[in-house]
Amino acid sequence: MLYKETLHKLIELTDKKEVTPKEIYDSLLKRIKQKDGKINAYVSVFEEFAPNDKTGILRNIPITIKDNMHIKGKKTTCSSKILENYTAVFDATVIEKLKSEGGVFIGKTNLDEFAMGSSTETSYFGTTHNPWDLTKIPGGSSGGSAAAVASGEAICALGSDTGGSIRQPAALCGVVGLKPTYGRVSRYGLVAFASSLDQIGPITKDVEDAAILMNIISGKDPKDSTSADVAVDDFTKYLNTDISGMKIGVYDKVLQDCSSDVAKSMEESVDIFKRLGCELESVDLPNSKYAVSDYYIIAPAEASSNLERYDGVKYGFRADNYENLKDMYIKTRSQGFGTEVKRRIMLGTYVLSSGYYDAYYLKAQKLRGLIKQDFDKAFERFDVIIAPTTPTEAFGIGEKANNPLQMYLSDIFTIPASLAAIPAISIPNGISKNSLPLGLQIMANVFREDNIFKCASAFEKEFNIIKNLPLD
Amino acid sequence: MEYEPVIGLEVHIQLLTKTKIFCSCSTDFGASPNTHVCPVCLGMPGVLPVLNKQVVEYAIKLGVALNCKINRFSRFARKNYFYPDLPKGYQISQYELPILEGGFVEIYTDGEFKKIALERIHMEEDAGKTIHKGDGSYVDLNRAGVPLLEMVSMPVMHTPQEAGEYLRSIRKIVRYLGICDGNMEEGSMRCDANISVRPKGETKLGTKAELKNMNSFKHVEKALEYEIERQITAVENGEKIVQETRLWDEKAGITKSMRSKEEAFEYRYFPDPDLVPLLIDDEWIEDVKKDVPELPKERLERFMRDYSLKFDDARILTDEKQLADFFEEALSSSNNHKAVANWILSELLGYLNKDNKSVTDILIKPQDIGELVGLIDSNTISGKIAKAVFKDMYETGKPPKKIIDEKGLVQITDTKLIEDLADKIIASNPKAVSQYKAGKKNTIGFFVGQIMKETKGKANPKIVNEILSKKLEE
Repeated sequence: MLYKETLHKLIELTDKKEVTPKEIYDSLLKRIKQKDGKINAYVSVFEEFAPNDKTGILRNIPITIKDNMHIKGKKTTCSSKILENYTAVFDATVIEKLKSEGGVFIGKTNLDEFAMGSSTETSYFGTTHNPWDLTKIPGGSSGGSAAAVASGEAICALGSDTGGSIRQPAALCGVVGLKPTYGRVSRYGLVAFASSLDQIGPITKDVEDAAILMNIISGKDPKDSTSADVAVDDFTKYLNTDISGMKIGVYDKVLQDCSSDVAKSMEESVDIFKRLGCELESVDLPNSKYAVSDYYIIAPAEASSNLERYDGVKYGFRADNYENLKDMYIKTRSQGFGTEVKRRIMLGTYVLSSGYYDAYYLKAQKLRGLIKQDFDKAFERFDVIIAPTTPTEAFGIGEKANNPLQMYLSDIFTIPASLAAIPAISIPNGISKNSLPLGLQIMANVFREDNIFKCASAFEKEFNIIKNLPLD
Repeated sequence: MEYEPVIGLEVHIQLLTKTKIFCSCSTDFGASPNTHVCPVCLGMPGVLPVLNKQVVEYAIKLGVALNCKINRFSRFARKNYFYPDLPKGYQISQYELPILEGGFVEIYTDGEFKKIALERIHMEEDAGKTIHKGDGSYVDLNRAGVPLLEMVSMPVMHTPQEAGEYLRSIRKIVRYLGICDGNMEEGSMRCDANISVRPKGETKLGTKAELKNMNSFKHVEKALEYEIERQITAVENGEKIVQETRLWDEKAGITKSMRSKEEAFEYRYFPDPDLVPLLIDDEWIEDVKKDVPELPKERLERFMRDYSLKFDDARILTDEKQLADFFEEALSSSNNHKAVANWILSELLGYLNKDNKSVTDILIKPQDIGELVGLIDSNTISGKIAKAVFKDMYETGKPPKKIIDEKGLVQITDTKLIEDLADKIIASNPKAVSQYKAGKKNTIGFFVGQIMKETKGKANPKIVNEILSKKLEE
């Protein structure tokens, strides 16, 4: 039953020589064999335990990686037909860092194609199912990682978040997911979706595991010009601290857009923080109501350019039976990309076209600045801002698959933090009437992950659902 | 009606950095295809660009040299288009905020200097190369990511010759700065030309054509000459000039339409989110300024002023920085500026042209030329002997003194010896003596020749002349 444990617990057990890394690996493999047929969290599983001779904090305990980050010699598919057989030629910086701390990897998880989606339904390799209820989506795009952690198919995992892709599936699967400050973690080796928004972060069973992984993956990377040269703290020192007196802004305006379950959990969370001695006050972020519209200009614009390299020339899928170069491009990209990716490429191409650039892209950048300003102002008064992670519990598979706008709105609460480049965590804060988990989002100012860990750790002590996870 | 052509040039300068602009691959030319590549310049999924600082420094150097405004804040942008030799599907370039704006290039035309105003200069990466042959097309990505500066002039040139001079001036300056080898034939300097014509006196610009595919200064001039004629003829025939891109066909000597404006690309420029804005402070600029050498025009003026050289001579000497350096090093061993200049201009350049060599790959040392001039000035050797010595110096790299010693070429200035020889020759040539005395004064040449023959050319001609005149008058 080792697969059920948290990373920190397994580190402890390994140090006491009560278990070996191989036993943990085997336990996980067995669990994956048992469960993944129904959940479909993994795109690829590494059957062979490959010990790492580096001594470090990870002690050869296996980590699970979203399949849009490179592990040298392993496939990186981005859950797309166009990269179905692409083998990574180098390690992502996060992978290098995990390896240098004695990390090993057990497999790569499913995602919405190129991380574009909120349900993992756009994957070329089929939908991932929510382990709490197999008829529900696990969220996305890091749905594979979140479902794997929630179901015991992973000890802990890395996901990537562009508009909520770590936090939203973490909330819908009842686990912890942190999107760090933009620039905190190197993007080198993460296949780009929207470069100005993408961040890698941990998806874990509890807050302590998130802190341990953040300690390892954070820091300036000379290979990523957008990574920040900001000192990296030991985040574990912010766990289990007294948070009385902390000032918390409650972004409660959004509760009108939430299900009654979500609204109720939010009220209970506010009560918990009050009990912990925090000072809570309502906060408004007036421009955040435009965040989804803003995001669906900026992210597709960048994506349309980032995805131009998949042209059938150098690597990846190339269509058969083309007549000339242009025909090869058209057929390769028409057949290689799925509907959602194509939709976003078209959106992005449109908003960047001359004549539309000023009206859409430039305006969206200005609005992004205003959204950020709202947060700047709020963080003059508050240490953190809380809000629900999602407006509802996990919805049914297929329910929104043909309604992109409805699908986009499921990220309505996570997108503002992405646009503002601030760190935000989702931790479980309730269980709905339908026995599905709900998440609380805690946002802090740039590079103030310390405040997030303080709050999240204290809250988790008062309320956690780790015992409720579908681990049996 | 009289027409006025209006020309603006876009020049690409390939920078001589050791590594590419966004990765650490070598920029060396001529390696086997696809050997100077890495995941970054191959556009693999998940890679990110990191700016090479040297590229920025070279751009600043050029900006200082051309009096450009150096933008303290500039940004890279993506230029999106599909082509097999463009691995990422976009070229990283600069768009709204280039590193350099304004400035000018000085050209020498019609006997005077003229300033050609610049619009902007920006940094960008080169694409790879597509080679079409036989059964298919092949892509070589060694060049993908090699740094370029694109220089855009204002439309202020009016003749193909001005355009040619503009290019030659740029080549001269970038070579002085050591940032580009300026070789159009090899493609390290490339030029596209925008050209339109308008009735003389008209201030509005006519519809322009963009000319591509000119691989030398001469061909830029020829293509422009052709295009000016073509446009004038079209206008006179009442045809409308269409905005289009035209390719210069070197063999046929004509330009051909490649694509019209309607088919023009939609590049969807936007700021590259993978790169942070480039901030340049005064300190950095001051630092780079220290590496900017004296530029060709200032040096030319200084040569005229300090060494009393004629404009044309000074111009040739300052054409290449290495030659100008060579000249000034030669002066370290002689104060006879004019003579040193002459030896370099006539003798040395003569040999270099004949052998198609540059001043950097020869054996002869500059100080030795100064010394050679010194030896002439001190009457140690004659000018005639010096030419032979110079040939030896050029071929062997030996210093002049050593050559003179080895070959025993020291000039004879011993008057006693020359007097004895003169007496002997006068005595044995009575006929010539009487001719001289009868008034044929140029007979003296015969006597000089005889003495030179006896001394193998080493007798000091001035002394010989003096002694002979004296003795023949007796």
